[in-house]
Amino acid sequence: MADYERHDYDVIVIGAGGAGLRAAIEASALGAKTALICKSLLGKAHTVMAEGGIAAALGNVWPEDNWKVHFRDTMRGGKMLNNWRMAQLHAQEAPDRVKELEHWGALFDRTADGRISQRDFGGHRYARLAHVGDRTGLEMIRTLQQHAVHKGIDVYMECTISRLVKDGDRVSGAIGYWRESGKNVVFGAKAVVLATGGVGKAFKITSNSWEYTGDGHSLAYWAGADLIDMECVQFHPTGMVWPPSVRGILVTEGVRGDGGTLVNSEGVQFMFNYITPYFAAETADTIDEAERWYEDKKNNRRTPNLLPRDEVARAINTEVKAGRGSPHGGVFLDIASRRSAEYIKRRLPSMYHQFKQLADVDITAAPMEVGPTAHYIMGGIRVDADTAASTVPGLYAAGECAGGMHGANRLGGNSLSDLIVFGRRAGMGAAEYANKLGAAPKLDDEALDRVSHEMNAHFEREGGENPYGIQRDLQESMHNLVGIIRTQSELDEALTHVAQYRERAKHTVVEGNRQYNPGWHLAMDLQSLLTVSEAIALSASTRKESRGGHTREDYPDTDAEWGKVNTVTRQGKDGQMEVTTEPLPQMPADLQELFQEAH
Amino acid sequence: MANYTMRVFRGNQDGGEWVEYHVDVEEGQVVLDVIHTIQGSVAPDLAVRWNCKAGKCGSCSAEVNGKPRLMCMTRMNLFEPGEVITVAPMKTWPLVKDLVTDVSFNYEVAKKIPAFNPRPVEADGSHRMMQEDVDRGQEFRKCIECYLCQNVCHVIRDHPENKADFFGPRWFVRLAELEMHPLDMTDRLHLAKNDAGVGYCNITKCCTEVCPENIHITDNAIIPLKERVADRYFDPLRWVGRKLKGK
Repeated sequence: MADYERHDYDVIVIGAGGAGLRAAIEASALGAKTALICKSLLGKAHTVMAEGGIAAALGNVWPEDNWKVHFRDTMRGGKMLNNWRMAQLHAQEAPDRVKELEHWGALFDRTADGRISQRDFGGHRYARLAHVGDRTGLEMIRTLQQHAVHKGIDVYMECTISRLVKDGDRVSGAIGYWRESGKNVVFGAKAVVLATGGVGKAFKITSNSWEYTGDGHSLAYWAGADLIDMECVQFHPTGMVWPPSVRGILVTEGVRGDGGTLVNSEGVQFMFNYITPYFAAETADTIDEAERWYEDKKNNRRTPNLLPRDEVARAINTEVKAGRGSPHGGVFLDIASRRSAEYIKRRLPSMYHQFKQLADVDITAAPMEVGPTAHYIMGGIRVDADTAASTVPGLYAAGECAGGMHGANRLGGNSLSDLIVFGRRAGMGAAEYANKLGAAPKLDDEALDRVSHEMNAHFEREGGENPYGIQRDLQESMHNLVGIIRTQSELDEALTHVAQYRERAKHTVVEGNRQYNPGWHLAMDLQSLLTVSEAIALSASTRKESRGGHTREDYPDTDAEWGKVNTVTRQGKDGQMEVTTEPLPQMPADLQELFQEAH
Repeated sequence: MANYTMRVFRGNQDGGEWVEYHVDVEEGQVVLDVIHTIQGSVAPDLAVRWNCKAGKCGSCSAEVNGKPRLMCMTRMNLFEPGEVITVAPMKTWPLVKDLVTDVSFNYEVAKKIPAFNPRPVEADGSHRMMQEDVDRGQEFRKCIECYLCQNVCHVIRDHPENKADFFGPRWFVRLAELEMHPLDMTDRLHLAKNDAGVGYCNITKCCTEVCPENIHITDNAIIPLKERVADRYFDPLRWVGRKLKGK
């Protein structure tokens, strides 16, 4: 066996966004020797880009709000495909987790009586999002980071994990490399928490950073864990569309929460034409009622501008295809007509700067141009709701890389709350498992050498292809063939393409040496990008209905039978990817009653 | 589309050189886009840090034509086509490779600042704070830790030996934030005066000028910290009082 730099822990947490940080804090607090490993510098994870807020039924603005209403909104927003128990725990525990952040130093915007303020967001019946202007994610990650610094957690920054290692059925550690030196590093661990985020870099237009290559999904899949509902990908309705270099960058839903309306090239507030029967009872169907709702929420129904993201993204897509789009292929988002410049700059300061600096648009005076952008994957690693345990002993998952919580579509604001609710639970689950385990499981030396050899192989080939070209082609295929609207022939074509890219990826060639070499890093990240792309396309091909973030042109309706099952992705015995369906966990009768009430 | 000449520093601790790249630039592009274009075509091993590409994470700090900036927020139309644009790593930190530097100094300083220490919660389990009492703290918490203020501060930029005795503007912002936090109960003025070395700052405001978040680092963080330190430790009456009490 090669001589590796090696570190041993009770718990290692892979990923240092909100979920990873919260998991590490909890595992460490329970006495587990804990390491936190991240691809970037600490504090730069994708959580910093979350803008609008954290959904939690604190009831500070609307005393009528409580966990049951939040639970109901979440399940309905997810088109009832959610793991009910996760949605319940999430709604019940989010308020305590938000207060905990405040007790750890977070400074949220305040109500007039000095409590945490809450703002409106899509699909939430009451104003529910605790926020700090439009930089709530930064506040969360900084608070957790500053809290973690003093807790004796070892942090491995700019360190990428390539494979998990097992001892028999159990996870026993991981192998990866330091980005700076390119040298291998090995972790022995009794338990591993995956908190790696999402898969956005599989798509051409995305709000996600380079880190979002589906690492956690793939590490779990390769280790034999189940993934569920991988077809459910959220296209956020409002990404920037112009200029081309900023295409896909997120425009917070807070713009609409704070009064912004969507308008097409004919000046029509088109969302009134896209109110589906599913949300008709709770949505204003005239502009007059919607306008009154901003001031009087008791006697009026919500504006359709705040329908859940899947509904709004499809509507924008349809408007643009029908030729009613904005000059650069989006639609208009107008807040200047309703709100003063002072209000906009106070509530949405980073949106103001982002448009001013990157697009030369003053959003206090003119509308923004926006369009859908790949933003979030609801599907992910199958976990036990209470402990965050995956189907592989010793392996846990939390945050975006875990599946089930959000069903077929995630409500805005439910991601940040998901991170801290299930990050904590994953840290607890992993620490309790590790503390009970006794002796550490063994690392498989042969497996370590095999992975190390694969990583070196990129330098040994000659005459191969630059990995950037393969990534660009993959993003193009996923965008065109597995995007917002899907159909069988295109999904089949996508799967053929992915197989071709996999073949090409075997022949990538890397220039330079192992020191901080982005081309080499990408060549390795391609493995996980290809795995999650195949899982998304194959799951999308399996689910023959439309639901939430999964829309089939050839099966446009929601089908009650399909609503009873998850798609399950796992590695078959021959190494081929298999997708099957399995029944959803059954919701108990007392919770089912919440869905009977008239709105 | 216009063609620009980019002079990018390529190298590591063993040495380096300026390499010129001629790049076609599209409308609206920023310096980071152009670096990515170079990386995706002729120099796949060009090292650069980035994440959000929207001025929110503070990863892509560099010196563009000698000025400390976030590459993701620096539009190419600031420059004339044909102009030679230099992109260099931050000077204050040890070089790792190309545009990537070793900023671990900052993570070490963060550990030296005693943790936030809140007063107990109210009877209902939460805290009460008025908006006007958190406004200043919120300004400080906009900090994205790009370390451009640290990079430009001449106390350490020109005198690396001062790094042992000086935390730098980013960490004065953090100290001021904790000092002014309505819930915090720990006193960090002694630290500000001694280990953090707030006295080294002679208020040239270089840090404030480069802050991409427009935090008024000098006026709102450093000067109030200096005043509080002066009030406590350099006020002659208090000095006498301390001596009499034997402190």
